[in-house]
Amino acid sequence: MHQETVYDALDAAHGGEGQWAFGTGFDEPLAGVDTTVPAGIDPADLGAYCLMLGDDALVLAQRLTQWITDAPELEEEVAVGNIALDLLGQARLLLARAGSVGVLGRSRELATASIPDEDALAYFRDPDEFCSTGLVEAPNGDFGQTMVRLLVAATVRLAVLDRLRGSRDPVLAAIAAKGVPELAYSRDHAARWVLRLGDGTPESHRRAQVGVAAVWPLLADLFSPTDVEARLTTAGVAVDPAGVRDEVRSVLTRVLDQATLQVPAWPADEPPRGRIGQHGPERTELLATLQGLARQHPAATW
Amino acid sequence: MAELTAEGGHGAAPTGPEVPVEPTVTTARRDWPLYEVFVRGKRGLNHVHVGSLHAPDDEMAVHAARDLYTRRNEGVSIWVVRAAAITASSPDEKDPMFAPSGDKVYRHPTFYDIPDDVPHM
Repeated sequence: MHQETVYDALDAAHGGEGQWAFGTGFDEPLAGVDTTVPAGIDPADLGAYCLMLGDDALVLAQRLTQWITDAPELEEEVAVGNIALDLLGQARLLLARAGSVGVLGRSRELATASIPDEDALAYFRDPDEFCSTGLVEAPNGDFGQTMVRLLVAATVRLAVLDRLRGSRDPVLAAIAAKGVPELAYSRDHAARWVLRLGDGTPESHRRAQVGVAAVWPLLADLFSPTDVEARLTTAGVAVDPAGVRDEVRSVLTRVLDQATLQVPAWPADEPPRGRIGQHGPERTELLATLQGLARQHPAATW
Repeated sequence: MAELTAEGGHGAAPTGPEVPVEPTVTTARRDWPLYEVFVRGKRGLNHVHVGSLHAPDDEMAVHAARDLYTRRNEGVSIWVVRAAAITASSPDEKDPMFAPSGDKVYRHPTFYDIPDDVPHM
């Protein structure tokens, strides 16, 4: 009954064998969930849309992971790692949802049958099959630029997932509802750093401003819907990215203003690039790192 | 004044000149002040010391504490306090402060039973 610390309490709740750190939720991601697609929704479109959202999360998680062992402070390393893990959790659910409606791309040509759908999609699709945006694929830059990019990416994603809670696909709506508080935290964390770096020393201000200049052009193709998004928006399943532009712009402007950073001119909308498979060398390089182990040792477990 | 160090290695309260109390504009990262972190696991329990961390300011310390010490649902409430703001007992005064009082029977209310359904006693 007497529990000395919060960790003792956790341990007791997980069988008392000191294994609580490994204790939660590595079952099938959609176990027990009714994955039936509601009438009137094209499963191929739904799966493609889940890949867009899932790939963004997966790729950004991988980018953030590159700070592990290299972050400016141990405390910050854990924070960035937590944010990456939250995103990875969202990616896992979204890729599993895509797999549950049969959207697997060419991943099954390489992945053995024992590999679950979401792992097949993450590890055995080629770069041209990914539909992440250039915003999340771009290299990290320095810590200031990483936080500016995280601020932008989390702001956009939070605005989209917030609206997706009302999606006609109940699975997608539930995944979005889980992601919203996580993204609110990620956005808050990034905003705190942007405020402190922008309104910090002359050097931190200079670097944060350079980061803003590097990230801003990546906004150009975020708000132009693909055909899939347009169709699914009409069907009440997806969110039109054009509809979140004003909210995103307002949040970013407010944070940058308060951080004494100059807000660059908003880039003109351009047609989708990453969403339809177009990508630069960064995506290929990043996926080579992400997928290398699974492709060399497809049956590896640890 | 004698330099105070906490016993056990990870506790509060080194107060030597190497622990800055106020961050300055030019604070290098190794000079981030040390914070002690207290987490309340459940409503009704006390905040318990769980560890320490470095952070550039109070707000970021709470943030870092959330990431370092409550990432697996350990807590419902977090306190952080600058380690330099804690006044600790001195190891030099160990005997007068902490001498065993087993011989002072009047301090130990052991003469009644605690009912089973009274928690956390």
